[in-house]
Amino acid sequence: MMSSLFTYTLRIADSSLILGQRMSEWCSKGPTLEEDIAMSNISLDMFGQANGFYQYAAQLDGLKSADELAFRRNEREFFNHQLVEQENGNFGNTIVRNFLHDTFNFLFYTQLANSKDETLSALAHKSLKEVKYHLRHSSNWLVRLGDGTKESNAKTQVALNELWMYTDEIFEMDTLDTELFNKGIAVDNSALKSDWDAMINNTLAKAKLIRPEDEYMATGGKKGLHTEYLGFILSEMQYLQRAYPNAKW
Amino acid sequence: MQSGNTKFVWELLNTVPDPEIPVISVVELGVIREVKFENNSYTISITPTYSGCPAVKTFMDDIKSCLLENSIDNFELKIVYAPAWTTKWMTDETKEKLRKYGIAPPSNIVICPQCNSKNTTLISEFGATACKSLFKCIDCLEPFEFFKCI
Ligand SMILES: [Zn+2]
Repeated sequence: MMSSLFTYTLRIADSSLILGQRMSEWCSKGPTLEEDIAMSNISLDMFGQANGFYQYAAQLDGLKSADELAFRRNEREFFNHQLVEQENGNFGNTIVRNFLHDTFNFLFYTQLANSKDETLSALAHKSLKEVKYHLRHSSNWLVRLGDGTKESNAKTQVALNELWMYTDEIFEMDTLDTELFNKGIAVDNSALKSDWDAMINNTLAKAKLIRPEDEYMATGGKKGLHTEYLGFILSEMQYLQRAYPNAKW
Repeated sequence: MQSGNTKFVWELLNTVPDPEIPVISVVELGVIREVKFENNSYTISITPTYSGCPAVKTFMDDIKSCLLENSIDNFELKIVYAPAWTTKWMTDETKEKLRKYGIAPPSNIVICPQCNSKNTTLISEFGATACKSLFKCIDCLEPFEFFKCI
């Protein structure tokens, strides 16, 4: 039986890992050299954050190492937000996806830093420093793309409309979240929504983008239910450890 | 119980260079948080600069080799996350080493390490390593790296 704290830690790690993997796909394909470097750096930060949380999860579990958690679990055993597994698409899609998630991460880690669990609090403090940079990067680009040319505005608006359905589940609270929140360990995700709305609305206004209406909103990441993309991400990311278990170099 | 020569260990660690900025040591970088001697063994607490900094693995290996070369094999390297690493731990002397090496040290004002002009502009928030961003000097037109304040 997995402990609640283990699962909670794993969920955080999974979202960081999958977003890190997505960002690494930009390596050598960035629109400019500086952006290529920026996205690779963000990817490294996300992998580093994921590693910290996986190490802690491994310590709590005592059965699997951090690498096993990352490379030997299947789709249905991953608990990341569906938002982070969405395709990179064009540069605008990536910026919108990251902006929506970075804003959440900023608010989430700000709260998790107050956790009664010392390790989660320390990892949150550390991650927060980096997430502030990521948020500045994605927000600045969002404004440039939205308030850029007619074409960049149109593409960014399409990206926003398409990704909006994945922004609801990030605020969900299930029984596990509530149990740990009551113990002073977890964050009340639903309480982050109003600040998230304010930050999103503020940047969207600067970017001359229209906030989409909530229509069909996706859910399931926490239960291991994912969009078609996660399987492809895992098959590429896990290939080596699956083909050559425990390979080292 | 033996107290161990932690001062000597600190001195040894101060000879291990940062793999990416070899003019400063890992001690000057501020990543060595504590050296303790307990139960006949040294515990060296290390904090990463950035969570994903690839240099961490390299300098941990370098620290191991350095200690082993000096006949110290009773040690353990421990990663600690709190308090999170900050450039505030860097001394003025270390900052001066960075400047001489051509990297603008962490500061509220970004000063060109070539001509000391304060008239500089950001090129990119992200540089060749996680800890640096890219700037350009408006006066001497030289591009340079800035060690980010975190
Ligand atoms: Zn200059």
